[in-house]
Amino acid sequence: MSKFKKKSKASQDIPTAALPDIIFMLLFFFMVTTVMREQEILVKQILPKADQLSKIQKKSLVSHIYIGEPKNIGMFGEEPRIQTNDVFMEPDELTLFVNQEKDKLSEAERDRITMALNIDSEVKMGIVSDVEQTLRKSNARKILYKSLKGVEN
Amino acid sequence: MARNKDRGTPEVSSGSMADIAFLLLIFFLVTTTIANDKGILMQLPPPPEPDQPEIEFQERNIFKILANSNDQLLVENEPYTKPMSELKEDVKLFVLNFGKPDQKGIDVFNSLPASLKSKARQSPESSDHPNKAVVSFKANRGTSYELYIDVLDAVQEAYNEIYGERVGITAQEFLALDKSKDVELRMYQEARAGIPRAISIAEPDK
Repeated sequence: MSKFKKKSKASQDIPTAALPDIIFMLLFFFMVTTVMREQEILVKQILPKADQLSKIQKKSLVSHIYIGEPKNIGMFGEEPRIQTNDVFMEPDELTLFVNQEKDKLSEAERDRITMALNIDSEVKMGIVSDVEQTLRKSNARKILYKSLKGVEN
Repeated sequence: MARNKDRGTPEVSSGSMADIAFLLLIFFLVTTTIANDKGILMQLPPPPEPDQPEIEFQERNIFKILANSNDQLLVENEPYTKPMSELKEDVKLFVLNFGKPDQKGIDVFNSLPASLKSKARQSPESSDHPNKAVVSFKANRGTSYELYIDVLDAVQEAYNEIYGERVGITAQEFLALDKSKDVELRMYQEARAGIPRAISIAEPDK
Protein backbone atom coordinates (compact mmCIF):
# COMPACT_ATOMS: atom_id res chain seq x y z
CA MET A 1 0.00 0.00 0.00
CA SER A 2 2.58 2.49 1.14
CA LYS A 3 4.51 2.05 -2.07
CA PHE A 4 1.59 3.26 -4.11
CA LYS A 5 0.81 6.17 -1.83
CA LYS A 6 4.23 7.62 -2.22
CA LYS A 7 3.91 7.77 -5.94
CA SER A 8 0.64 9.69 -6.03
CA LYS A 9 2.09 12.78 -4.52
CA ALA A 10 1.98 14.74 -7.77
CA SER A 11 -0.54 17.55 -7.78
CA GLN A 12 -3.92 16.53 -9.11
CA ASP A 13 -5.26 19.76 -10.59
CA ILE A 14 -4.92 20.59 -14.26
CA PRO A 15 -3.07 23.84 -14.90
CA THR A 16 -5.63 26.40 -16.08
CA ALA A 17 -3.23 29.17 -16.93
CA ALA A 18 -3.60 28.54 -20.66
CA LEU A 19 -7.38 28.42 -20.53
CA PRO A 20 -7.93 32.06 -21.52
CA ASP A 21 -5.67 31.57 -24.52
CA ILE A 22 -7.65 28.58 -25.68
CA ILE A 23 -10.93 30.41 -25.21
CA PHE A 24 -9.60 33.42 -27.08
CA MET A 25 -8.56 31.20 -29.95
CA LEU A 26 -12.07 29.81 -30.21
CA LEU A 27 -13.48 33.30 -29.83
CA PHE A 28 -11.41 34.61 -32.73
CA PHE A 29 -12.45 31.68 -34.88
CA PHE A 30 -16.11 32.42 -34.35
CA MET A 31 -15.62 36.16 -34.73
CA VAL A 32 -13.97 35.65 -38.09
CA THR A 33 -16.48 33.12 -39.42
CA THR A 34 -19.56 35.00 -38.27
CA VAL A 35 -21.49 36.74 -40.97
CA MET A 36 -23.94 39.19 -39.54
CA ARG A 37 -27.15 38.94 -41.44
CA GLU A 38 -27.68 42.27 -43.13
CA GLN A 39 -31.22 41.65 -44.19
CA GLU A 40 -34.23 40.22 -42.52
CA ILE A 41 -35.87 37.39 -44.38
CA LEU A 42 -39.58 37.96 -44.55
CA VAL A 43 -40.58 34.62 -46.05
CA LYS A 44 -40.57 31.09 -44.74
CA GLN A 45 -37.41 29.24 -45.62
CA ILE A 46 -37.28 25.49 -45.34
CA LEU A 47 -34.90 24.57 -48.10
CA PRO A 48 -35.30 21.24 -49.91
CA LYS A 49 -32.78 18.47 -49.47
CA ALA A 50 -30.58 17.30 -52.31
CA ASP A 51 -27.42 15.34 -52.83
CA GLN A 52 -25.59 16.75 -55.85
CA LEU A 53 -24.54 20.10 -54.49
CA SER A 54 -21.95 22.36 -56.01
CA LYS A 55 -20.16 25.01 -54.07
CA ILE A 56 -19.88 28.53 -55.38
CA GLN A 57 -16.31 29.46 -56.11
CA LYS A 58 -16.69 33.21 -55.83
CA LYS A 59 -19.14 34.60 -53.34
CA SER A 60 -19.16 38.15 -54.64
CA LEU A 61 -20.86 36.97 -57.81
CA VAL A 62 -23.89 35.65 -55.99
CA SER A 63 -27.18 37.49 -55.52
CA HIS A 64 -29.93 36.06 -53.43
CA ILE A 65 -33.61 35.79 -54.22
CA TYR A 66 -35.95 34.40 -51.58
CA ILE A 67 -39.29 32.84 -52.40
CA GLY A 68 -41.78 31.49 -49.93
CA GLU A 69 -44.92 32.07 -47.96
CA PRO A 70 -44.67 35.35 -46.01
CA LYS A 71 -44.02 34.94 -42.30
CA ASN A 72 -46.49 37.71 -41.54
CA ILE A 73 -49.59 36.19 -43.09
CA GLY A 74 -51.91 38.85 -41.69
CA MET A 75 -50.11 41.58 -43.56
CA PHE A 76 -48.97 39.98 -46.78
CA GLY A 77 -51.35 37.08 -47.36
CA GLU A 78 -50.66 33.39 -47.78
CA GLU A 79 -49.52 33.40 -51.39
CA PRO A 80 -45.79 32.78 -51.89
CA ARG A 81 -43.91 36.02 -52.51
CA ILE A 82 -40.53 36.94 -53.92
CA GLN A 83 -38.14 38.83 -51.70
CA THR A 84 -34.95 40.58 -52.78
CA ASN A 85 -32.98 42.72 -50.37
CA ASP A 86 -35.72 43.94 -48.03
CA VAL A 87 -38.72 44.23 -50.29
CA PHE A 88 -41.28 42.02 -51.94
CA MET A 89 -41.32 42.01 -55.73
CA GLU A 90 -43.44 40.83 -58.58
CA PRO A 91 -41.75 38.40 -60.98
CA ASP A 92 -41.49 40.94 -63.80
CA GLU A 93 -39.85 43.51 -61.56
CA LEU A 94 -36.87 41.25 -61.10
CA THR A 95 -35.16 42.63 -64.20
CA LEU A 96 -34.53 45.83 -62.28
CA PHE A 97 -33.04 43.91 -59.39
CA VAL A 98 -30.80 41.91 -61.70
CA ASN A 99 -29.52 45.09 -63.34
CA GLN A 100 -28.82 46.66 -59.96
CA GLU A 101 -26.86 43.61 -58.90
CA LYS A 102 -24.95 43.59 -62.17
CA ASP A 103 -24.00 47.24 -61.73
CA LYS A 104 -22.25 46.32 -58.50
CA LEU A 105 -19.89 44.02 -60.37
CA SER A 106 -17.05 44.95 -62.66
CA GLU A 107 -17.57 44.87 -66.42
CA ALA A 108 -15.79 41.57 -66.91
CA GLU A 109 -17.70 39.75 -64.21
CA ARG A 110 -21.19 40.79 -65.17
CA ASP A 111 -21.87 37.78 -67.32
CA ARG A 112 -20.83 35.42 -64.57
CA ILE A 113 -23.41 36.61 -62.06
CA THR A 114 -25.12 33.72 -60.27
CA MET A 115 -28.61 34.04 -58.92
CA ALA A 116 -29.11 31.92 -55.82
CA LEU A 117 -32.75 30.92 -55.53
CA ASN A 118 -33.65 30.28 -51.91
CA ILE A 119 -37.00 28.64 -52.36
CA ASP A 120 -39.13 27.14 -49.64
CA SER A 121 -39.90 23.50 -50.34
CA GLU A 122 -43.66 24.07 -50.09
CA VAL A 123 -43.73 26.54 -52.97
CA LYS A 124 -45.36 25.44 -56.22
CA MET A 125 -43.51 25.54 -59.52
CA GLY A 126 -45.66 28.31 -61.04
CA ILE A 127 -43.95 31.22 -59.36
CA VAL A 128 -40.55 29.56 -59.69
CA SER A 129 -40.90 29.31 -63.46
CA ASP A 130 -42.10 32.92 -63.69
CA VAL A 131 -38.90 33.95 -61.95
CA GLU A 132 -36.83 31.75 -64.24
CA GLN A 133 -38.40 33.25 -67.34
CA THR A 134 -37.61 36.77 -66.12
CA LEU A 135 -34.04 35.78 -65.33
CA ARG A 136 -33.68 34.37 -68.82
CA LYS A 137 -34.87 37.63 -70.33
CA SER A 138 -32.62 39.73 -68.14
CA ASN A 139 -29.64 37.58 -69.07
CA ALA A 140 -28.77 36.26 -65.64
CA ARG A 141 -28.86 32.66 -66.72
CA LYS A 142 -26.64 31.02 -64.16
CA ILE A 143 -28.82 29.93 -61.30
CA LEU A 144 -28.29 27.96 -58.15
CA TYR A 145 -31.14 26.17 -56.45
CA LYS A 146 -30.04 26.51 -52.87
CA SER A 147 -30.55 23.28 -51.00
CA LEU A 148 -29.31 21.46 -47.98
CA LYS A 149 -27.19 18.37 -47.92
CA GLY A 150 -29.28 15.37 -47.13
CA VAL A 151 -30.40 12.02 -48.39
CA GLU A 152 -33.60 12.21 -50.34
CA ASN A 153 -36.52 10.31 -48.92
CA MET B 1 8.98 55.07 -0.32
CA ALA B 2 7.19 53.46 2.52
CA ARG B 3 3.84 54.33 1.04
CA ASN B 4 4.74 52.60 -2.16
CA LYS B 5 5.35 49.39 -0.38
CA ASP B 6 1.96 49.51 1.23
CA ARG B 7 0.12 49.69 -2.08
CA GLY B 8 1.87 46.68 -3.48
CA THR B 9 2.53 46.31 -7.19
CA PRO B 10 -0.32 47.79 -9.23
CA GLU B 11 -1.74 44.95 -11.26
CA VAL B 12 -5.03 44.28 -12.97
CA SER B 13 -6.28 40.91 -11.92
CA SER B 14 -6.56 38.69 -14.96
CA GLY B 15 -8.34 35.87 -13.22
CA SER B 16 -11.67 36.73 -14.75
CA MET B 17 -10.28 37.14 -18.24
CA ALA B 18 -11.36 33.62 -19.13
CA ASP B 19 -14.89 34.40 -17.94
CA ILE B 20 -15.10 37.50 -20.12
CA ALA B 21 -13.76 35.60 -23.09
CA PHE B 22 -16.27 32.84 -22.42
CA LEU B 23 -19.10 35.34 -22.44
CA LEU B 24 -18.01 36.73 -25.79
CA LEU B 25 -17.47 33.24 -27.13
CA ILE B 26 -20.98 32.19 -26.20
CA PHE B 27 -22.40 35.30 -27.81
CA PHE B 28 -20.66 34.54 -31.11
CA LEU B 29 -21.52 30.86 -30.88
CA VAL B 30 -25.18 31.73 -30.62
CA THR B 31 -25.24 34.36 -33.36
CA THR B 32 -23.15 32.44 -35.86
CA THR B 33 -24.87 30.92 -38.84
CA ILE B 34 -22.30 29.13 -40.88
CA ALA B 35 -23.13 30.37 -44.35
CA ASN B 36 -23.90 27.60 -46.78
CA ASP B 37 -23.78 28.67 -50.36
CA LYS B 38 -24.42 25.27 -51.79
CA GLY B 39 -27.00 24.10 -54.23
CA ILE B 40 -27.77 22.64 -57.61
CA LEU B 41 -26.20 24.71 -60.36
CA MET B 42 -28.16 25.10 -63.57
CA GLN B 43 -27.69 27.13 -66.70
CA LEU B 44 -30.89 28.56 -68.18
CA PRO B 45 -31.24 28.66 -71.95
CA PRO B 46 -31.04 32.03 -73.70
CA PRO B 47 -34.35 33.82 -74.19
CA PRO B 48 -36.30 32.58 -77.20
CA GLU B 49 -35.90 34.62 -80.36
CA PRO B 50 -38.98 35.34 -82.42
CA ASP B 51 -37.83 33.69 -85.66
CA GLN B 52 -36.04 30.77 -84.09
CA PRO B 53 -36.34 27.62 -86.15
CA GLU B 54 -37.69 24.59 -84.35
CA ILE B 55 -34.98 22.07 -83.73
CA GLU B 56 -36.04 18.61 -84.69
CA PHE B 57 -35.21 15.88 -82.26
CA GLN B 58 -35.89 12.27 -82.80
CA GLU B 59 -38.23 10.83 -80.22
CA ARG B 60 -35.73 8.19 -79.17
CA ASN B 61 -33.10 10.79 -78.31
CA ILE B 62 -35.27 12.48 -75.70
CA PHE B 63 -35.82 11.09 -72.25
CA LYS B 64 -39.09 12.63 -71.20
CA ILE B 65 -39.98 13.27 -67.58
CA LEU B 66 -43.30 14.91 -66.85
CA ALA B 67 -44.69 15.91 -63.48
CA ASN B 68 -48.29 16.88 -62.83
CA SER B 69 -49.83 19.04 -60.16
CA ASN B 70 -50.41 16.02 -57.90
CA ASP B 71 -46.69 15.34 -57.86
CA GLN B 72 -47.07 12.23 -60.01
CA LEU B 73 -44.41 11.42 -62.55
CA LEU B 74 -44.69 10.25 -66.12
CA VAL B 75 -41.39 8.93 -67.40
CA GLU B 76 -41.12 7.93 -71.07
CA ASN B 77 -44.93 7.91 -71.22
CA GLU B 78 -45.26 5.45 -68.35
CA PRO B 79 -46.48 6.35 -64.85
CA TYR B 80 -43.55 6.19 -62.52
CA THR B 81 -43.71 5.23 -58.87
CA LYS B 82 -40.25 3.84 -58.30
CA PRO B 83 -37.81 5.70 -56.03
CA MET B 84 -35.52 8.39 -57.36
CA SER B 85 -32.49 6.13 -57.29
CA GLU B 86 -34.17 3.98 -59.96
CA LEU B 87 -34.81 7.07 -62.05
CA LYS B 88 -31.13 7.84 -61.86
CA GLU B 89 -30.25 4.37 -63.19
CA ASP B 90 -32.77 4.78 -66.01
CA VAL B 91 -31.22 8.07 -67.03
CA LYS B 92 -27.78 6.50 -67.01
CA LEU B 93 -28.95 3.63 -69.20
CA PHE B 94 -30.57 6.11 -71.56
CA VAL B 95 -27.50 8.33 -71.93
CA LEU B 96 -25.12 5.41 -72.38
CA ASN B 97 -27.35 3.47 -74.76
CA PHE B 98 -25.24 3.94 -77.95
CA GLY B 99 -28.06 2.78 -80.23
CA LYS B 100 -26.66 4.15 -83.48
CA PRO B 101 -23.37 5.90 -82.76
CA ASP B 102 -21.57 7.93 -85.42
CA GLN B 103 -17.76 8.04 -85.55
CA LYS B 104 -17.60 10.54 -82.68
CA GLY B 105 -19.93 8.39 -80.63
CA ILE B 106 -17.77 5.32 -81.21
CA ASP B 107 -14.72 7.28 -80.06
CA VAL B 108 -16.54 8.24 -76.88
CA PHE B 109 -17.58 4.63 -76.36
CA ASN B 110 -14.01 3.41 -76.73
CA SER B 111 -12.81 5.90 -74.14
CA LEU B 112 -15.24 4.61 -71.50
CA PRO B 113 -14.15 2.23 -68.74
CA ALA B 114 -15.52 -1.30 -68.86
CA SER B 115 -18.09 -0.68 -66.13
CA LEU B 116 -19.75 1.98 -68.28
CA LYS B 117 -19.35 0.05 -71.52
CA SER B 118 -21.49 -2.71 -70.05
CA LYS B 119 -24.36 -0.23 -69.69
CA ALA B 120 -24.64 0.19 -73.45
CA ARG B 121 -27.68 -1.87 -74.45
CA GLN B 122 -27.78 -0.55 -78.02
CA SER B 123 -31.54 -0.58 -77.95
CA PRO B 124 -33.04 1.05 -81.06
CA GLU B 125 -35.71 2.78 -78.96
CA SER B 126 -33.22 4.68 -76.84
CA SER B 127 -30.63 7.37 -77.52
CA ASP B 128 -28.24 7.16 -80.50
CA HIS B 129 -25.21 8.28 -78.55
CA PRO B 130 -24.53 10.54 -75.54
CA ASN B 131 -23.89 13.58 -77.69
CA LYS B 132 -27.45 13.48 -78.98
CA ALA B 133 -29.20 12.40 -75.79
CA VAL B 134 -31.36 15.02 -74.09
CA VAL B 135 -33.12 14.64 -70.77
CA SER B 136 -36.24 16.74 -70.87
CA PHE B 137 -38.07 17.61 -67.69
CA LYS B 138 -41.37 19.39 -67.74
CA ALA B 139 -43.25 20.31 -64.61
CA ASN B 140 -46.72 21.67 -64.09
CA ARG B 141 -47.30 25.03 -62.43
CA GLY B 142 -48.82 23.12 -59.53
CA THR B 143 -45.91 20.71 -59.06
CA SER B 144 -44.22 21.17 -55.73
CA TYR B 145 -40.73 22.60 -55.72
CA GLU B 146 -39.61 19.71 -53.54
CA LEU B 147 -40.38 17.13 -56.23
CA TYR B 148 -38.79 19.35 -58.86
CA ILE B 149 -35.55 19.44 -56.89
CA ASP B 150 -35.73 15.68 -56.24
CA VAL B 151 -36.00 14.90 -59.95
CA LEU B 152 -33.36 17.45 -60.92
CA ASP B 153 -31.07 16.01 -58.27
CA ALA B 154 -31.54 12.47 -59.61
CA VAL B 155 -30.78 13.52 -63.19
CA GLN B 156 -27.74 15.51 -62.12
CA GLU B 157 -26.55 12.55 -60.08
CA ALA B 158 -26.83 10.28 -63.12
CA TYR B 159 -24.61 12.59 -65.16
CA ASN B 160 -22.17 13.19 -62.31
CA GLU B 161 -21.79 9.45 -61.74
CA ILE B 162 -21.04 8.90 -65.41
CA TYR B 163 -18.50 11.70 -65.41
CA GLY B 164 -16.94 10.51 -62.18
CA GLU B 165 -16.72 6.92 -63.31
CA ARG B 166 -14.94 7.93 -66.52
CA VAL B 167 -12.02 9.31 -64.55
CA GLY B 168 -12.29 6.84 -61.67
CA ILE B 169 -13.80 9.02 -58.94
CA THR B 170 -17.20 9.21 -57.26
CA ALA B 171 -19.92 11.68 -58.16
CA GLN B 172 -19.22 13.72 -55.05
CA GLU B 173 -15.54 13.90 -55.82
CA PHE B 174 -16.37 14.99 -59.34
CA LEU B 175 -18.51 17.83 -58.00
CA ALA B 176 -15.73 18.90 -55.69
CA LEU B 177 -13.15 19.22 -58.48
CA ASP B 178 -11.48 22.61 -58.22
CA LYS B 179 -11.29 24.00 -61.74
CA SER B 180 -8.65 26.54 -60.82
CA LYS B 181 -6.13 23.76 -60.41
CA ASP B 182 -4.53 22.45 -63.57
CA VAL B 183 -4.65 18.76 -62.78
CA GLU B 184 -8.26 18.83 -61.66
CA LEU B 185 -9.33 20.96 -64.61
CA ARG B 186 -7.84 18.43 -67.00
CA MET B 187 -9.63 15.64 -65.16
CA TYR B 188 -12.89 17.60 -65.42
CA GLN B 189 -12.47 18.19 -69.14
CA GLU B 190 -11.61 14.58 -69.75
CA ALA B 191 -14.73 13.47 -67.91
CA ARG B 192 -16.98 15.89 -69.76
CA ALA B 193 -15.57 15.29 -73.27
CA GLY B 194 -18.17 13.98 -75.68
CA ILE B 195 -20.97 13.65 -73.12
CA PRO B 196 -22.73 16.99 -72.72
CA ARG B 197 -24.93 17.52 -69.69
CA ALA B 198 -28.04 18.05 -71.74
CA ILE B 199 -30.86 18.71 -69.31
CA SER B 200 -33.73 20.62 -70.77
CA ILE B 201 -36.20 22.24 -68.42
CA ALA B 202 -39.34 22.97 -70.37
CA GLU B 203 -41.64 25.82 -69.49
CA PRO B 204 -44.45 24.41 -67.35
CA ASP B 205 -48.05 24.08 -68.45
CA LYS B 206 -50.59 26.51 -67.18
